[in-house]
Amino acid sequence: MKNITDEIIAKANEIILGKELQIKLALACLLAKGHLLIEDLPGMGKTTLAHTLAQVLGLQFQRVQFTSDLLPADVLGVSVYDRNTANFKFHPGPVFTNVLLADEINRATPKTQSALLEVMEEAQVTIDASTYALPQPFFVIATQNPSSQIGTFALPESQLDRFLMRITLNYPDTASERKLLQSNGGRDQLKKISAAIDHKQLQSLQTASQEIYVSDSLLDYLQGILQYSRQSSHFNAGLSPRAGLGLKQSAQAWAMLAGRDHVIPEDVQAILPSVAGHRLVSNSTFSSNSEHIAQLLKAVAV
Amino acid sequence: MTSQLKLQPNQFTIHWLLISLGITFTLFLFHLSNWVPASFAVFALWRYLIAKNNWPYPKLWLRLPLTFAGGITVLVTYGSLFGRDASVALLAVMIAMKLLETRTKRDFIVMVLLSYFFTVNILLFTQAIWVCLAILFALFGLTACLISASRQSASSKHPATWRVEAKLAGKLLMQATPIMLVLFVLFPRIPGPIWGIPQDAYRGMSGLSDSMEPGSINQLSLSSKVAFRAEFKSTIPANNQLYWRGPVLWHQEGRRWTMTSDKINLPTESLETFGETSNYIITLEPHNRNWLLMLDLQDTNPPDTLPEDATIKHDRQVVSKQPVRTRIRYEGRAYLQYKLASKLGDHERSLALQLIEDENPKTRQLANTWVNQQKSHVEIIQAALIMFRDQPFIYTLAPPLLGNQPVDDFLFNTKRGFCEHYASSFVYLMRAAGVPARIVTGYQGGELNPSGNYLIIRQSDAHAWAEVWLQDQGWVRVDPTSAVAPSRIESGISTALSDSDLLPLLSRQDYPMLKKLYLNWDAVNNGWNQWVLGYDQQKQLALLKSLLHRDIAWADIGLILMAVIIVLMLLISYILLRNTVVITDPVKKAYLKFLKKLSHVGVNKFQHEGVIDFGKRAAQQLPKHSSEIEVISALYSSIQYAKPTTTKTKENRIDNHAALQLLKQLIKKLTLT
Repeated sequence: MKNITDEIIAKANEIILGKELQIKLALACLLAKGHLLIEDLPGMGKTTLAHTLAQVLGLQFQRVQFTSDLLPADVLGVSVYDRNTANFKFHPGPVFTNVLLADEINRATPKTQSALLEVMEEAQVTIDASTYALPQPFFVIATQNPSSQIGTFALPESQLDRFLMRITLNYPDTASERKLLQSNGGRDQLKKISAAIDHKQLQSLQTASQEIYVSDSLLDYLQGILQYSRQSSHFNAGLSPRAGLGLKQSAQAWAMLAGRDHVIPEDVQAILPSVAGHRLVSNSTFSSNSEHIAQLLKAVAV
Repeated sequence: MTSQLKLQPNQFTIHWLLISLGITFTLFLFHLSNWVPASFAVFALWRYLIAKNNWPYPKLWLRLPLTFAGGITVLVTYGSLFGRDASVALLAVMIAMKLLETRTKRDFIVMVLLSYFFTVNILLFTQAIWVCLAILFALFGLTACLISASRQSASSKHPATWRVEAKLAGKLLMQATPIMLVLFVLFPRIPGPIWGIPQDAYRGMSGLSDSMEPGSINQLSLSSKVAFRAEFKSTIPANNQLYWRGPVLWHQEGRRWTMTSDKINLPTESLETFGETSNYIITLEPHNRNWLLMLDLQDTNPPDTLPEDATIKHDRQVVSKQPVRTRIRYEGRAYLQYKLASKLGDHERSLALQLIEDENPKTRQLANTWVNQQKSHVEIIQAALIMFRDQPFIYTLAPPLLGNQPVDDFLFNTKRGFCEHYASSFVYLMRAAGVPARIVTGYQGGELNPSGNYLIIRQSDAHAWAEVWLQDQGWVRVDPTSAVAPSRIESGISTALSDSDLLPLLSRQDYPMLKKLYLNWDAVNNGWNQWVLGYDQQKQLALLKSLLHRDIAWADIGLILMAVIIVLMLLISYILLRNTVVITDPVKKAYLKFLKKLSHVGVNKFQHEGVIDFGKRAAQQLPKHSSEIEVISALYSSIQYAKPTTTKTKENRIDNHAALQLLKQLIKKLTLT
C-alpha cells in the first residue's frame, strides 16, 4: 500500500516542485473521499496540482472556469428537445467526470455555487425530475483567489464546511523555483506522466484508509480538540460534528500515507490546520486564524 | 449569573427538599402544636402536586394573607412570637409556606440553608440518640437537595439522577465526619448550655415540686420518664433501703404541705453515721428545680463529698445553686445507718408540730385518745401503722376526691389513696398526738438494668414518706405506705397496684421481651448521655490530659483546636495540589516514569507533543540513547494507539500485558547520562 502511495506522491512531485506536503494533503483529502479547496494567488500552481492529481490517479478530468455569468446548467448539464425522438434529451455538463476543477469558484453567483455544492454532497444531478448519477469516484477541487475580492461572492461558512480540506500552496523555495525556471513549466510535463493506479486501486485505497485503526486514546485526543474549539473564546463557533468526522477520516488517510495501520496524534496534528482552518472563524480581526489553530494544538494535551 | 439562578431545578430537587423537611417535621411532631406539622403536610402536598401536575404557583394575593394568617395563628397558639416554642413554630410555619414560592435555583438554595438551621432547632427540644440519627438523615437529604439544585445548571453532560446526587451527598457527609469529630472533641466547652435558651424551654420538665397536695405525685406516677439513673460502685442496697431524698415538707396548710421558708435560718441537723458507706454516681435528668436527689443519707464529712455547687439544707436536703436545666452527673456517698439530729431545737420542734387549728376534728380526737392512753411516742407510731395495716386501706393511684376535712375524709371515709395520702395523714396524726414529724418527698426504689448494671429511677418511682423525731434516735424514717402496700416498697409500684389501675406500659411486669428490649435500649441511651451529651468541660480536660500527659488549661483547648484544623487544612491542600490528576492506567504510569527520567536530564515533553514527535526530539537531544528512546516511544505509541493484534478480548489482554511488561523493562533499563 505504502509503495503505491509513495509512487503517486513521487510522480506528482516531479510536476509540482517542492510541494510534497501539499501533495500529500491533497492526496489524503481525496483518499478520505473529501473535496478540496485550494486557496492561493494566481499563478501558484493550483490548476497544475489539480490536473496532476487527476492524471496520476488515472482519473477523468474536467475544468470549469467560474465567472459571474456562469449558470447552473453550464455546470450540471441541460435537457434539450430532440425532434427525432420527440423527447427531451439530457446533455451532461462538465460535472460528469471524476475530477472537476472548479476554478475561481468565488467568481460565480451564489446560485451556481450552491448548485455545484449540492452535487458535491449528493454525488448526483437531478434535472427535470430525472436523476443522473455521477461517475465514481467524484472529486471537486475548487480554487479561489483570496486577494482580489472585487466582483466575487465569498463562500459562506456553511458551504466552506462541504470541503474537507483547504490548503494553500505558497511560493516555492528558491531551489524548486530555479528548477521550475530551468524547465518549461509543469504543464508541458503533464502530458508525459502516466497514471500510477486505476479506478479499482483507488477505490481499494479509499477502503483501506477507512480501515485504519483509531484507538480510544486517539478519540479522547480528538474529542479534546473538538471540545476546546467549542469552549475557546478565540473562535466564533467550535468545530461541528462533521468537522470531527472529517478530522478522523483525514487523519486515517494521513496515517496510511505514512504507512501505519493506526492513527497517532501526530497524524491529527498534521492535518488539523487544513481541515479546521476554513471552518473555524476567528473572533479577532487582528490575529490570524492559523495562529489560533496553533494555539489550539498547544492547549490540548496528547 | 442571574440567569443561572433563575433556572428551574430538576424534579429530584423538590423531592429531596420535601423528604428531608418531612423528617424534620416528624421530629417536631412531639414538640410543637399539632397544627404546625399538619400545615406542613398540607403545603408540602400542594407543592408536590404543583411539581407533578404542572399546576401554577399561588399568586401574591394568596400568599400574603396566608403568611399573615400563619403568624397570627402562632401568636394565638403560644401567646407570643418570642420564646423557644413560639419562635420555632413561627419558623416552621414560614418554612412550610415558603415551599409555595420555591421554584428557581436561588429559591432552593435559600430554602436549603434555612432548613439546615431549622433542622438543628430540634436539638433545643430533645437530644435523644434516635433524634440525632434522624437529623443525620434530614441533613443528608438537604445536602442532596443542594447538590441537585446546583448541578442542573452546571452542565447538561451529566443527566440528573437521584442516585448520583445521593452518592455525592453521602460522600460529602462522610468527608465532613472527621471534621465533626475533631470539633466535637476539641471545641472548648463552657459549663452549662452554650447560649441562654428562653425560659419556656424548661416548661416540659417534670419532677418533684416544692409542695405537696394529695394528687400532685399522682401526675408523676403515671409518667415513665426517667428521673435519674444511679450507678453503684459497690453492691446495690436492697430495694427497701433505696430512699432518694428530695424536698422535706414541714408546713401544713389545709391539704397543702410546703417546705420551710429559706428565710428561717436553722442549724444543719447533726449526723452520726454507722457501718459501711454506699458510693454511687447519679445522672440526673434536667427538671428545672434545684434539688439533687441523694440516697438517704448523704455523708457531709468532709463537706467536699457534696457535688459541686451544691449546698445542704438544715433538714439534710441537698440542693444546687442553679436549677438543674441540663443533664448533670454527680457522685454521692450515703450511710444507710445513721442517727440524724440527736437534739431537736425549740424552733424545729415547733415547726415539726405545726398544724392549722380547727381542722379534721375526728383525726385530732383519735390522736387525743392515744395521748390519753399514756402511750409513748413509739407506741403512738405503731398504733397508727397498725391502723393502716388492719383497717381496709387500699393503695391505688386513682383515689376518690377528698372533702373539706381531707385527713378526716381519708382516714375515716374513703380509705383509698397512695403514698402522699398516707404520708400526709400519718404526719398529721403524729403532730396531733404531739410527736414531731415531717414529710419527705423523693423517689423510692428503682429498676435495675442488667445491661448496664445501673438503676433507672423513673418519675413513676416518686414517693413520699414520713420522718418522726424520737428521743435518743433522732429523725426516724417511717413509711406508712409500706404498712398498706408492703410490696410497693419491696419491689416497686407495679406490684402494689391491682391490674385495673393505670400504669405506664413499661412499668408493668408483663411483656418480658419488650422489657428486655427496653432495658437494652436504655443502656445505649445511658451511654449516649454519658459520653456524647455529657461530654462537658471536665471530661474534655480529662481526655486531653490522658492524651497529652499534661494538664491542659481551658484556653489551651482553643489553641489545640486551631492547630489541628490548620494541620488538617494543610494536609488536604497538599493532597489536592499534589494529585491534580490521578493516573491509574499502568501503561501511562510507565510512560510517565520515562518522561521523568528524561526530564531529569533536561528534556521535557510538551503536553501537546505527540509521543513519536517527542521521541524524535529527545533522540536528537540525546544522541547516545536515541535508539532506546525511539523504541520506547514507538512501543508506547503502538500500545496506546495501535489495534490490538487479536480480536478476542482475553488474548488481547495477554498481548497488551506482554507489551506493557516489555515497555516497563525498557524504561527500567534506560539510564541516561
